[in-house]
Amino acid sequence: MTLSGGSLFGAGGSALTELAPVPAERSAQPRRANWYRQPALMAGLVITLILVGLALAAPLLTSYNPIGQNLNATLQGPSAHHLLGTDQFGRDTFTRLLYGARVDLRVGFIAVLFPFCLGTILGSLAGYFGGWVDLVIMRMVDVVVAFPFYVLLIALVFVLGPGEKSIYIAITIVGWVSYARLIRAEILVAKRQEYVLAAQSGGLSNLRIMGRHLLPNVITQAIVYAMSDIVQDILAIVTLGYFGLGIPPPTAEWGSMINDGQNFLSTHWQLTTIPGLAVVVVGLGLSLIGDGLADLLRPGQS
Amino acid sequence: MSFVGRRLVQLVPVAVGVTIVVFFMIHLIPGDPARTILGIHATPRAINELHAEWGLNRPLASQYWLFLDRLLHGNLGQSLIYGGPAATLIVQRLPATLWLIAYATVLAIAISVPLAMIAATRRNAIRDQVVRAVPLFGLGMPPFWVGFLLIYAFGIKFRVFPVGGYGIGIGGHLKSMFLPSLTVAVALSPVVIRSLRASMLSVLGADYITTARSKGVPGRRLFIRHVLRNAVIPAITVLGINIGFLIGNTVVIENVFAIPGIGQLMINSIFQRDFPVVQGVTMVFAVMVVLVNLLADMTYASLDPRVSFDR
Repeated sequence: MTLSGGSLFGAGGSALTELAPVPAERSAQPRRANWYRQPALMAGLVITLILVGLALAAPLLTSYNPIGQNLNATLQGPSAHHLLGTDQFGRDTFTRLLYGARVDLRVGFIAVLFPFCLGTILGSLAGYFGGWVDLVIMRMVDVVVAFPFYVLLIALVFVLGPGEKSIYIAITIVGWVSYARLIRAEILVAKRQEYVLAAQSGGLSNLRIMGRHLLPNVITQAIVYAMSDIVQDILAIVTLGYFGLGIPPPTAEWGSMINDGQNFLSTHWQLTTIPGLAVVVVGLGLSLIGDGLADLLRPGQS
Repeated sequence: MSFVGRRLVQLVPVAVGVTIVVFFMIHLIPGDPARTILGIHATPRAINELHAEWGLNRPLASQYWLFLDRLLHGNLGQSLIYGGPAATLIVQRLPATLWLIAYATVLAIAISVPLAMIAATRRNAIRDQVVRAVPLFGLGMPPFWVGFLLIYAFGIKFRVFPVGGYGIGIGGHLKSMFLPSLTVAVALSPVVIRSLRASMLSVLGADYITTARSKGVPGRRLFIRHVLRNAVIPAITVLGINIGFLIGNTVVIENVFAIPGIGQLMINSIFQRDFPVVQGVTMVFAVMVVLVNLLADMTYASLDPRVSFDR
């Protein structure tokens, strides 16, 4: 959930270039919310699309193999041959960064889908039906929330064994609760609206009311949250990679790159710093999209 | 029933749920858990012994009952590597983790409250914009990476702070644990700053602030006596909600800075496939989160006279 008001960070990605006046959060000033006029959203989309583009174009942008070792050229500094230098196995850091984007972005984007769907379904059921359905689902939420995010995630991935599939399962088990809470709260409000009462008295089935009438009205909050959740998931993947529980080596992945660089921190700090910066840029892009969407979709600004 | 009593009753299903999750962890292992845990070179006898100890041959309900019965007697199982009870290992390692959590909380408040104040007092001014940009960058920073940056800056470039260990005595702890605690605090701050800024803004818009202003209460005093006091309550709630996030990060950070806490114990036990210890630590972490949330709720109730729990 984003609490910030009308985000107005300049379209160039710099936070301070454009300080346009914004209406106060609850002011009734109507504003046509053309999505392309939303600077935060545009900046976020540009950053994210550039990153995705770089990841997709990785084979065109570099001629090196991300896992090809060259023990004659280990731990080199930046040069014309190796833009960002090489690691301890002589692998090109720039190449691994690009191919790492393929892995981290793909896994991050896929991983968010399962908790999003599961949480939305369970949250809708809890909110719409109430009673014991609500009770059971919300007690399950309480139990999952009792575990610190990383503790349950690491424990689950350990039990299931390292690899992409385990990451998806673990993130789903840990992550659905936020969506369930969010959607449930929205449904509790929305189901008292007249259009829902009308649909109920019209004899529509519960499934149809939930799917066709309620969900389109409540899903926006979950989509906004999903943007920051992708960031959390990528952080989780990177952290698992740091512990050696994520995507197994030698696949290029930002977390294991940071971990590899750890041993050379005092002499080759760039090996650790650069992959982390990549994560920060992803986080910036997606957070801006989330903030922009939140502004765009805020009720009262049709 | 009193508020505390009712809140304790609510904990019962959560506690049962937590034990079920921790119990089922070994059943998520593909194949025979005993064989997987002990490795391919395990003797049939060792496997049989583990089967007997955990009751793996019995029905699931009976296994769970055995697990619960032991738990209620304070028995978290035997460590497969160290031989002793897992509970003893955990209790030995607990102080370092508690230090880290407390220290990080203090630092997170020390970072977040001034920044939120700077932002909220001049809404939409440049300083507000800067503070609001903090979460945009901060939320995407992997905490362990921040740890490495701090190690590089303060431990390697400028040798100001030790970069590992727990230190001896309170002074030693304060010094050795500064960088790790700062790392955890930096990870937590974006969330806290965001919520605090919003709650301070809503307090600033309240009628009693307008009244105080019209009475001529000077700005600084107005902020400290009227705004800050009322904004502290939401801050406690925010910290309570995010305690799981904070505690989860200590697991990661203890390993970056080699702090002998239960987070490090958990990761070491994972690499040694010492299952009972992993289960025990997971359980203890959950208990910590539940207790802190309880504490936050009770503090909230006692601080805010407007909150009535007689629903």
